[in-house]
Amino acid sequence: MSALLQSSAAELGRAMASGQVSSREVTQAHLDRIHAVDGDVRAFLHVDAERALAAADAVDARRAAGAELGPLAGVPIAIKDIFCMTGAPTTVGSRILEGWQPPYNATVTQRVLDAGLVVLGKTNLDEFAMGSSTENSGYFTTHNPWDRDRIPGGSGGGSAAALAAFEAPLALGTDTGGSIRQPASVTGTVGVKPTYGGTSRYGVVAMASSLDQPGPCGRTVLDTALLHQVIAGWDPMDSTSINAPVPDVVGAARRADVSGLRLGVVRELGGEGYEPGVEQRFREAVDALAAAGAEIVEVSCPNFRYALGAYYLIMPSEVSSNLARFDAMRYGLRVGDDGSHSAEEVMALTRGAGFGAEVKRRIIIGTYALSSGYYDAYYGSAQKARTLIAGDFEAAFETCDALLSPSTPTTAFRIGERTDDPLAMYAADLCTIPSNMAGNAAGSFPCGLADGLPVGLQVMAPVLADDRVYAVGAALERELAARWGGVLTDRLWARQNGGEQ
Amino acid sequence: MSLKPYEEVLEAYDPALGLEVHVELNTASKMFCGCSTEFGAAPNTHTCPVCLGLPGALPVVNAKAVESVIRIGLALNCSIATWCRFARKNYFYPDMPKNFQTSQYDEPICFDGWTEVEVDGVTYRVEIERVHMEEDAGKLTHIGGSTGRIQGADHSLLDYNRAGVPLMEIVTKPVLGTGAAAPKVARAYMTQLRELLRALGVSDVRMEQGSLRCDANVSLAPKGSDVLGTRTETKNVNSLRSVERALTYEIQRQGEVLAAGGRVLQETRHWHEDAGHTSPGRSKEQAEDYRYFPEPDLVPIAPAAEWVEELRGTLPEPPAQRRRRLVAEWGFTELELRDVIGSGSLDLIADTVDAGASPAAARKWWSGDLARRANAAGVELEEIGITPAQVAELQSLIEDGTINDKLARQVIDGVLAGEGSPAEVVEARGLAVVSDDGALAEAVDAAIAANPEVADRIRGGKVQAAGALIGQVMKAMRGQADAARVRELIMERLG
Repeated sequence: MSALLQSSAAELGRAMASGQVSSREVTQAHLDRIHAVDGDVRAFLHVDAERALAAADAVDARRAAGAELGPLAGVPIAIKDIFCMTGAPTTVGSRILEGWQPPYNATVTQRVLDAGLVVLGKTNLDEFAMGSSTENSGYFTTHNPWDRDRIPGGSGGGSAAALAAFEAPLALGTDTGGSIRQPASVTGTVGVKPTYGGTSRYGVVAMASSLDQPGPCGRTVLDTALLHQVIAGWDPMDSTSINAPVPDVVGAARRADVSGLRLGVVRELGGEGYEPGVEQRFREAVDALAAAGAEIVEVSCPNFRYALGAYYLIMPSEVSSNLARFDAMRYGLRVGDDGSHSAEEVMALTRGAGFGAEVKRRIIIGTYALSSGYYDAYYGSAQKARTLIAGDFEAAFETCDALLSPSTPTTAFRIGERTDDPLAMYAADLCTIPSNMAGNAAGSFPCGLADGLPVGLQVMAPVLADDRVYAVGAALERELAARWGGVLTDRLWARQNGGEQ
Repeated sequence: MSLKPYEEVLEAYDPALGLEVHVELNTASKMFCGCSTEFGAAPNTHTCPVCLGLPGALPVVNAKAVESVIRIGLALNCSIATWCRFARKNYFYPDMPKNFQTSQYDEPICFDGWTEVEVDGVTYRVEIERVHMEEDAGKLTHIGGSTGRIQGADHSLLDYNRAGVPLMEIVTKPVLGTGAAAPKVARAYMTQLRELLRALGVSDVRMEQGSLRCDANVSLAPKGSDVLGTRTETKNVNSLRSVERALTYEIQRQGEVLAAGGRVLQETRHWHEDAGHTSPGRSKEQAEDYRYFPEPDLVPIAPAAEWVEELRGTLPEPPAQRRRRLVAEWGFTELELRDVIGSGSLDLIADTVDAGASPAAARKWWSGDLARRANAAGVELEEIGITPAQVAELQSLIEDGTINDKLARQVIDGVLAGEGSPAEVVEARGLAVVSDDGALAEAVDAAIAANPEVADRIRGGKVQAAGALIGQVMKAMRGQADAARVRELIMERLG
């Protein structure tokens, strides 16, 4: 039982392929685990055991019939509740969509289903993916399995916590400013934001269209790469998706080869505001990569200092427009429809009641930034900063194959610690935002514990060089596993289930 | 309110026109999704996650729509952008599934064009500022209340079938120097635009179905002033006639306001076709802020120069050139042609000629009897209820002697009443000319017998008196006699 939970997705796939275990057994084990621990972790907004078992049985039946199945067929997965999926609610963590069931599947959802993955349920997130802690969820806060008084990161805290709590071996996330990487960092798991356009956004409820990117989450680099392979690739339904071959992320994860790669440590992503423990683990991880054969240099990206400010103009601008559709006219919450209010009043009442404070804050900021007379100063300037940031990446990638930084300046903070201080909350995404602004690939990989809490290392690679993110991540994982005797989350398992191993 | 006489206004002021024309393209699918654009389907059956604006749905540009707009731009002598983007126009309204319209803002796909229209022999140049792409909204039907408008309605129904249908907006620069002809120039421009769009095959251009819509802007400036006056934008102008009528009204109304020392308000006005006046709508004094920004869900459009040139090769003959060619081919005089253009019957005549009628006959019907009937009924000529093919059929019935001109008008009555094709109406109403000598001879003999003194006069050499007998015979035959044959029969007997 516990072996099934602790296994990687790749191992589970192999065990099922060789007939050692069925998908039903694997799925049931994870459902039992969810039943046992999710009351404390609160990673899931919605679990559908019946559906999951039916899907598992279907995979088992196909396998028994001799069907050719992919490496992840029958493996359970948790899906961030921002991906549309038929037959289940999609709330995006917001009361305004409570109970809404999409009539269609997101492209990524469809690819996951087509690959035979078994969906356990939908995971918690900050409302409309706006936050770094899940505290902005309209439903509840998810707890970090490493320390339940602490946040699991956000917005994809539910997916990351589900992985760290061994409730699922794989999960889906979306990353607009760090929503995959920062939760991965603070939960000791792996999360990759693909190149913008590398995965389809169709059916993923939009926060900021020019920044959002779906991506894979796992406990190991190979698992994450295998899921990346399943969900990535051109989608004619998403005009911004790239019509190019998917980089060989699985091969790169298997080879784990950084010999001869030149890796640049970004000078600006460190120093003041970064916890000493985070910087210490980061430096050791960089040394480990050097030991694995990479050449380490320091690079400067001076315009990264504009990233956070520019991000908090572009993102809310797009938010203010993308979230306009939640108006009670066609779906979702409807407040004040009692015959005494006009349609316009019903819209206002519904949005007032259905959106949380952070969502409202961003809608208001964005509405202001796009207003006539302010557009050039705010949105226009922010776009210029975005161009400068992309220029910094371009220059750095002329001399480096990939860039390195901590994934986030601190380890998991305490629940409630930053809820009254939006700016402190926003700072959690300091290291991750530049790659959203430039659209390049980036991932977060565990590099140890500081005061018992996970620290993540971020790898940033050029557009469409997602494989390089995995190569570096896998090399780090191999170096550290040799010292730890397993991946970082194995230590959490041992801590929680002492002796059970 | 009282209106100033039109001529008096024009003595003191120069009107400046501006026309914003929305054209629904006739692509098979919508602008950003695969749903059908077919008109008249059951409500909300031509919808999908994209055009309903469901969470997560994304747009994909209809390449055929882009092609259509580029062809329109080229036909209007526009420059075609080498790179342009869509933009979001943000405002809340229940007929907008996303509460923003995906449109174009500062980067239109076509810009800086021109066309020329002719009114009463004078050519006016209309400069085109831009042609851009956008999507249509859904349709609101207000239930309850007396006006069918939102005020006083009990509730409203929404049909999103139209949401996302490809729209194109053609915007003119201010059209100056038209003087008293301004409303006619506007009508001529719309007529020509319709002709052009039809020739391009890019739209059904049915004003009554809303596939061609015009917002008519007009302002007045004191004669000789080079500063434009404050303009009004008149909406709900749903026919060529109403373009002219609405602008004439607005010029008179503004003239009255200015003459009384008042100030014209910059506002949207609503044209009431039946009452023949405009009423104030939304004030634009506090302009709505649409918070335009580039649409991040779509990639820029960069039409390759070779493709644009390829499309240029598909353009139909320019309207002015076509008119010149048709005049030459048809042998019309300038005056006749002007009538034809004025009555909006050029295309109808061309189609009628194509269906086999002579140009003169086609012109006679469309510019004559049919134009009068359309005018009396207050409908567009082409919507009167008879097709060019039917007019050609009517003419051939005349030429083969089945009916005469007088009977033809009764046949038209029948066709317009929905009784079928001209031949079917002739058959059903029994309208064929009688040239059967047996029946005619009987009627002639009866007429002679009933009018012995007239018969005597003819016998006495007063041939013109035969007219009276012919009249008697025609009356007896209910107009269906072949008059020439009747005369022959009379002369055989009395000559």
